[in-house]
Amino acid sequence: MIKLVALIPLFPLIGFLINGFFGKKISKGLSGSIASVSILASFVVSVLVFVELQGSAQKQHIVNVFSWINSGTLIIPFEFLVDPLSTVFLLIITGIGFLIHVYSIGYMHDDEGFSRFFTYLNLFVFFMLLLVLGNNYLITFVGWEGVGLCSYLLIGFWFKNNAFNNAAKKAFIMNRIGDLGFLLGIILIFITYGSISYTEIFSKAGTASGSTVTAIAILLFIGAMGKSAQLPLYTWLPDAMAGPTPVSALIHAATMVTAGIFMVVRSNVFYSISSVASETVAIVGVLTALFAATIGLFQNDIKKILAYSTVSQLGLMFLGLGVGAYSSAVFHVTTHAFFKALLFLGAGSVIHAMGGEQDIRKMGGLKGKIKITFITMLIGTIAISGIPPFSGFFSKDEILAHTYEHSKILWLFGSIASMLTAFYMFRLIFLTFFGKFRGTHEQEHHLHESPNSMTFPLIILAALSVLGGLLGLPEFWELPNWMHHNLEPIILRPTYSTMHHETEWMLMGIAVAAAIVVTYFTYLVYRKYNVLPADREEQMKPWQRLIYNKYFVDEFYDAVVRKPLDALSRLCYKFIDKEVIDGLVNGVGLAVRGVGSSVRYIQNGNIGFYLMSMVLGVVLIILFTFLIK
Amino acid sequence: MLTALLIGFPLLAALLVFFVRGNAARNLALGFSIIEFVISIVALLQFKSNPDAASLKVDWTWVQSMGIHFSAGIDGLSILMVLLTTFLVPLIILSSFKNTYSNAHNFYGLMLIMQMALVGVFLANDGFLFYVFWELALIPIYFISLLWGGENRGAITFKFFVYTLFGSLFMLIGLIYLYNHTNVEGLKSWAVQDLYAAGKSLTASQQSAVFWLIFIAFAIKMPIFPFHTWQPDTYVNAPTQGTMLLSAIMLKMGTFGMIKWLLPMVPLGLEKWGATAIGLSVTGIVYASCIAIAQKDFKRLIAYSSIAHVGLISAGILSLNQQGIQGAMMQMLAHGVNVFGLFFIADILWRRTGTRDMDKLGGIRSMNGNFAVLFLLVVLGSVALPLTNGFVGEFLLINGVYQYGAMTAVFAGLTVILGAVYMLRSYQHIMLGERKDSHHAFGPLASSDKLVLIIVCAVIIAFGVYPKPLNDIAEEATKIVLSNLK
Repeated sequence: MIKLVALIPLFPLIGFLINGFFGKKISKGLSGSIASVSILASFVVSVLVFVELQGSAQKQHIVNVFSWINSGTLIIPFEFLVDPLSTVFLLIITGIGFLIHVYSIGYMHDDEGFSRFFTYLNLFVFFMLLLVLGNNYLITFVGWEGVGLCSYLLIGFWFKNNAFNNAAKKAFIMNRIGDLGFLLGIILIFITYGSISYTEIFSKAGTASGSTVTAIAILLFIGAMGKSAQLPLYTWLPDAMAGPTPVSALIHAATMVTAGIFMVVRSNVFYSISSVASETVAIVGVLTALFAATIGLFQNDIKKILAYSTVSQLGLMFLGLGVGAYSSAVFHVTTHAFFKALLFLGAGSVIHAMGGEQDIRKMGGLKGKIKITFITMLIGTIAISGIPPFSGFFSKDEILAHTYEHSKILWLFGSIASMLTAFYMFRLIFLTFFGKFRGTHEQEHHLHESPNSMTFPLIILAALSVLGGLLGLPEFWELPNWMHHNLEPIILRPTYSTMHHETEWMLMGIAVAAAIVVTYFTYLVYRKYNVLPADREEQMKPWQRLIYNKYFVDEFYDAVVRKPLDALSRLCYKFIDKEVIDGLVNGVGLAVRGVGSSVRYIQNGNIGFYLMSMVLGVVLIILFTFLIK
Repeated sequence: MLTALLIGFPLLAALLVFFVRGNAARNLALGFSIIEFVISIVALLQFKSNPDAASLKVDWTWVQSMGIHFSAGIDGLSILMVLLTTFLVPLIILSSFKNTYSNAHNFYGLMLIMQMALVGVFLANDGFLFYVFWELALIPIYFISLLWGGENRGAITFKFFVYTLFGSLFMLIGLIYLYNHTNVEGLKSWAVQDLYAAGKSLTASQQSAVFWLIFIAFAIKMPIFPFHTWQPDTYVNAPTQGTMLLSAIMLKMGTFGMIKWLLPMVPLGLEKWGATAIGLSVTGIVYASCIAIAQKDFKRLIAYSSIAHVGLISAGILSLNQQGIQGAMMQMLAHGVNVFGLFFIADILWRRTGTRDMDKLGGIRSMNGNFAVLFLLVVLGSVALPLTNGFVGEFLLINGVYQYGAMTAVFAGLTVILGAVYMLRSYQHIMLGERKDSHHAFGPLASSDKLVLIIVCAVIIAFGVYPKPLNDIAEEATKIVLSNLK
């Protein structure tokens, strides 16, 4: 089956083509089914490939598709790599992708762009699969930019709304800033090692100088910052919530935004060599985790809360990468994919029930009306808050334990970010599902549970959010950590905890206690005393306003990047180009023409350029004879 | 013989078209240009099976006393350029089907003459012949712009003509200087290889002078910052088909010229002045991209984006390595197709709505979804998204420039970001948002328009996914160029 790995991206591609060309002519049911079945087929093949690889002693299989770009010593085949890392991502992408396709059939049912939506969604899965399957950086880059395109198309899916279009454009451009770093990193790899194929370069990574490796690692990380929404390139992700909610779940939570993590794990050799780069990753990660978590505390848009939560969780994953806990980061990618997809889809179900309302101040008391959504979302919230024995607890604990070994300060910041998670998530739950309903009568009347196509994925994801921890049980419990063993072959220096078991128990205890205390505190504030978020900004305290307005980062970027760029553009056009350069050219022209008209006077009136050419011809002949001499 | 046929056939076709009236002229021109395309495909196949075939070369003595030959031949670089020309000219003619031109026979006749000159430029192996074709190419486009252009065409076309002519004269001086230093058994020669040898025999300061004389001609033609100010006005004012000829094909005379008629002649001159020339090219990338951001006129925006793209091509060529030069070749092809597509879209918009002002456009996507998809694909090619034709060239170019200098590559690479800024901005302004009432309903595309756009988009995807057929030719051609540098 490994030989047929190309089928995995092929199915979504076929789905994309069918829906792209004929989507409008076929029924919605057929259109959605074709799209979903294509992903299901990929999932089945992925499972088969995964199982075969698990049973095989050889952990790297290269599958060549065709020869793509050759230029001298630069040889870039279109080639896939099947290994423990890519197969884990294959399962996440196709598995969760399938569930979200099914969910979308219900969610997008009344949208006039139904088949267009599935066209984009299939294309996205295709590119995402290329991203993780490529055996060289350029194929990964193809997927990387391709998912960026799909993200652009899906954020701006409702293209009549210019605010959404702006969000889409912002996402694409911010990603491109990162992509330039990534691209330069790829080129530096080629210049340094003479190849960009994973299977060729990693073994000789150490042959380059330390500073070169650091440069490579940092350039690649710039790419990751864009795609995985890290400081300072994160502001596109919250805006990306303009897209339909299933998109937020699939692209902006479970899969695409974790591409940066994937890429750093893929390139872990460089980061293992360069401690400077690793420290940078860890610091950027922890700062992002903390920064985004604080913003999440006071948002009122249900999707925005989840968006900042995603940024924060991604930050934690990068913290893990930075301290060398690569398999823990992938573990957290996996569990996060489960519970964050669940939370987003749950939010979509809430929005669906509320007739499009996204403001949690106008919700409340929904738990009895939409039971399945409530229970599943509650499970997701417990999982993300790190309360045992749900999946998030295990993956987050692993990252924090490794961080503690590496640096206690990073651990402290990471733990605070993690505590804030419990706060903003339970705040969401209490405000949405408990208390009195605060919306309109019309909304209240309309409240209903979503159709089966939407609740089915919620239930599956809830089960995975509960059980996901089994993939990586703590080693000091003397239980098998499957994720760690699975990824060992592709990681240059796998990390093993050298801490005493008492320390590990202590850390775990602190984390759990903190999560429970914070949850209780949230309960007191939002349930017992029924505190409601302020309706208007004026009612907030200054520090709350600062956070509520996301620290004014967007405004800051606007003032230091966008406006100066516009001004520079106008200056270059209106002054430098029109006045200075063209003025100079015209000046020369006028001078020549002056000569021309005096000559014309002597010659009694030949006109225009004929004369001019003649004059120049004369000059030329003079020069010619002069040169021949 | 094939070579002579490739040059001669369009001339013959033009002479016939001049005597036909009405729509027949247009149809005839299209037919002839398609035949020319078929001839070039035959030449391509011939070249692929045997690059040294006698049918690919022609060498007739022209002026014996001065060593001038009608010498032309097909090699890897020239077949790519010829294919670009013969592929685009029929499309350019087809793209004009919904426009009405007075004296159409003259319009199409001039276009075919233009094609003859362009093919001649790409095939010439004799310095003098090269110069003759080079200047010859200017005459038809001059008349096309002057007679069928927009308002203010007189002054703008005059400036364009004088500016480029001025540059060409410098080149002529440079070539004559080289010619005077040739020595083939006591005789002077215009043959390209002899000119290479002559150039290499010069001292460093002599080579520097020759470098500037010739480089300026090419820099104006492309154009490279700061020799570009004729270009936006000319592109905006010329009739769209004229703009297509200028931007999609004619500017490649400059980049092609650098590879074939500059690099191998003045290695020492390059050593001394290459950095300056790269500096100008890269400055142009950032400068023109910046300006493109503030444009309201879509056609002018494309004009500036073209300056940015060509700056990267020029920088890649001057970086003098496999990836840079090969990338330049690939990007010349991609840019030709994409900029043609963009100008065609500008033309369709102008025809349908009577404006190119992006502030007055908007919401077209909700009226014509197919057009929106095709337009988007051209935009993606133009911002060099992977799996479009633009990516192969751009990746190799930035790679080549990086080998020249890391910081230079960072600046050159800004095109990746800025290109997305101005292209997505214009796409959004024109296509997305609510429909504006100021323009009429934007119904389905005419079938000829649709056909042209579909062909363009098919090429954008096909050569992005599978560039190998062209890329292999470019790879070999680059190796030959690099061996000539030594």
